[in-house]
Amino acid sequence: MNRKIMAVVGLTGVAALVMTGCSATPAEPDAPVTITYTNFISNDGNEANLAKIVDAFEKANPNITVDVTTLPYSDYGTALQTDLAAGTVSDVFDIEYANYASYQANGVLAPLKVSNPSAYRQSLLEAYSTDGTSYALPSSFSDVVLYYNKDLFDAAGVSYPTNDWTWADEKAAALKITDQAAGIWGDHQPVSFYEYYKVLAQNGGKFLNDDGKTVAFNTPAGIEAAKWLVEKSGTTMPTIEQGQGTPDFDTNLFKDGKLAMLHTGIWVFGAFTDSPANWDIAVEPSNGTKASAVFSNAIGVSANSKHIEAATKWAEFMTSSDTMVQVRLDSGWELPPISDDAKLATYLDKGAPANRQAVFDALDGIALPPVVANGQSEMQDIMTEELVEAQAGRKTVEEALASAEKRINAVLAGQ
Amino acid sequence: MTLSAIQPIRSDQDPAERNSRPGHSRATAPLRTRSQKTKYALTVLAFLLPSAIPLALFTLGPMIGAAWISLTKWNLLAPQQFIGLDNYSKLLTDPRTGEIFLHTVYYIAGYLPLVYVGGLALALALNTALKGRSFLRGVYFLPVITSWIVVALVWRWLLNPSSGAVNSVLGWFGIEGPGWWTDPNWAMPSIILASAWKDLGFVMVILLAGLQSISPDLYDAAKVDGAGWWRRTFSVTIPLLSPSTFFVLIISLINGFQVFDQVYAMTSGGPAGASQVVVQQIYDLTFRYGKAGEASALSWLLFIVVLAVTVIQIRGQKRWVNYG
Repeated sequence: MNRKIMAVVGLTGVAALVMTGCSATPAEPDAPVTITYTNFISNDGNEANLAKIVDAFEKANPNITVDVTTLPYSDYGTALQTDLAAGTVSDVFDIEYANYASYQANGVLAPLKVSNPSAYRQSLLEAYSTDGTSYALPSSFSDVVLYYNKDLFDAAGVSYPTNDWTWADEKAAALKITDQAAGIWGDHQPVSFYEYYKVLAQNGGKFLNDDGKTVAFNTPAGIEAAKWLVEKSGTTMPTIEQGQGTPDFDTNLFKDGKLAMLHTGIWVFGAFTDSPANWDIAVEPSNGTKASAVFSNAIGVSANSKHIEAATKWAEFMTSSDTMVQVRLDSGWELPPISDDAKLATYLDKGAPANRQAVFDALDGIALPPVVANGQSEMQDIMTEELVEAQAGRKTVEEALASAEKRINAVLAGQ
Repeated sequence: MTLSAIQPIRSDQDPAERNSRPGHSRATAPLRTRSQKTKYALTVLAFLLPSAIPLALFTLGPMIGAAWISLTKWNLLAPQQFIGLDNYSKLLTDPRTGEIFLHTVYYIAGYLPLVYVGGLALALALNTALKGRSFLRGVYFLPVITSWIVVALVWRWLLNPSSGAVNSVLGWFGIEGPGWWTDPNWAMPSIILASAWKDLGFVMVILLAGLQSISPDLYDAAKVDGAGWWRRTFSVTIPLLSPSTFFVLIISLINGFQVFDQVYAMTSGGPAGASQVVVQQIYDLTFRYGKAGEASALSWLLFIVVLAVTVIQIRGQKRWVNYG
């Protein structure tokens, strides 16, 4: 065996040794402490905004220093999993809603004594609570909306999207605007798990059965929802060969003014501020049931942290302080998870897009990702892989869903 | 202990045979007494320690650790749960295991001939009195020391189906290039192509060293006997290059079974698992799916396969490797 494989095997071996060496000592609030915080939320544009919040915290708590590590989202899950296994995890770290259940069940999150629970939007606080105890604090929330380029709509003589649009409206507009010869595309929506559970909800279907042990998407509604995504490819959306699915492909196309409609999260507002495109947003169209994807991130404290008290203090500051609210609103860095809507009001007047109200309107009908305690990533990977098979034309949509059903059910059965 | 205690055994002499030879003078026997033998062993050990300690710590230790983990169910977070040989029986009955080994063998079957023939051609060309050959040797070796991530990104770009350089050039000749890494049928060939290109320089250097150890006298003799270039290459060069060829084969096969970086960076095993190889699967199982037990079992299966292939090669070398 050479180095490559030993790196993989070695990590797991070393991890076993390290895990037995951890111990916790009581926090000493009076002595200066340094806590570590690993995050992905500030990566790619919000690093300076995070630094502002850290500075304010350190000023208010002169005895606590926060040592920040920022990782790209694509590597974050792997890095966190490895650090947890090796016992080298930071005192405070980001988690996603989809992984909360698994981390909580495996005992890596410290139970938190929240000093001011009423500061948080209750639904978000409860999303990270188990049996009435908070094991993480929501740090932000965001939703997915329909971005559109007004100039392309005007040029094709199509009226702008509204919150009441249906899939049929979207398709008609996209077909009319698409001009492949000129490199103009009408629509872009990723063909992936994260879009599928949502369009499924928009079509009145659901991903998992109520017991959470088998999938429920291989139905006429599920097939129609999959076709809605898959059949855009090559008609109103570029194909995989043309680059669809590669990182930043869709946002760049939109930025360049060559894409009329884009389904993506409000976290890319910042990326379009310098764009010459004349754009705005609306709530995503549906096919009977309004369902917008809502994502929230949270911050957890390591159960093995030696400074749980100081770490909790930072976690609370990062998720509920006025400084954080101000920084996030000023920069359009998602939405703060706070309960006080009056503080959020200024968000509506912070510049492009004009229709920021759509961000809140989208919350009226939401779709949350299906979550399982074991096999989350595998389930997501299988769903995306099968949908892409259908997109590439190597399987029919029916075949892909039948195969996804069989494979995911096997994962959920613990096989 | 002094250096005089080191009495290396000559490789052309079998030690057992030497000591039992009738009439062998005891005065010249290298290791006379028990204490001398112990001293010798300790000296050898002292010289081996610098590499033996890291080997034990970072290779043997984790291997034994992985053997234990392979008998458990472990998601990296919760405590390990002993499940006996379940991981192995699951792997051996799962058709996916056969598929990923098949993909790995496909990679080796495409990569090995390409890199060997290419490396040999380069070595032969750069072993002549070519002007600027040192520079060229350096150029061809450059990819070997370049990070796989950089190489993979460049190749992904070159092989981009719609805007890549390769398909653009093919287009000039009226050939519609394939989908390369976006097409399940072409994903593995894309990886093979990039890998062969990157490792060409390594094979070239090993074979160059082999070429330079062949005595020019043999070529002169062959010339006198009227042998042309082809004849000299196939009757002198290739047979006398066989030890280097053997080395290249062993190393390339072992590396081939452990192919990972380029797969991870170019396709991550896709599309639709078409380029999923064993080590990528070990990685996915451990770090994406939290199945470290199954991954460790797969690591051991891979180790057994590599060991078996290497043993067969070493046995088989007697038939064709010519140590002059």
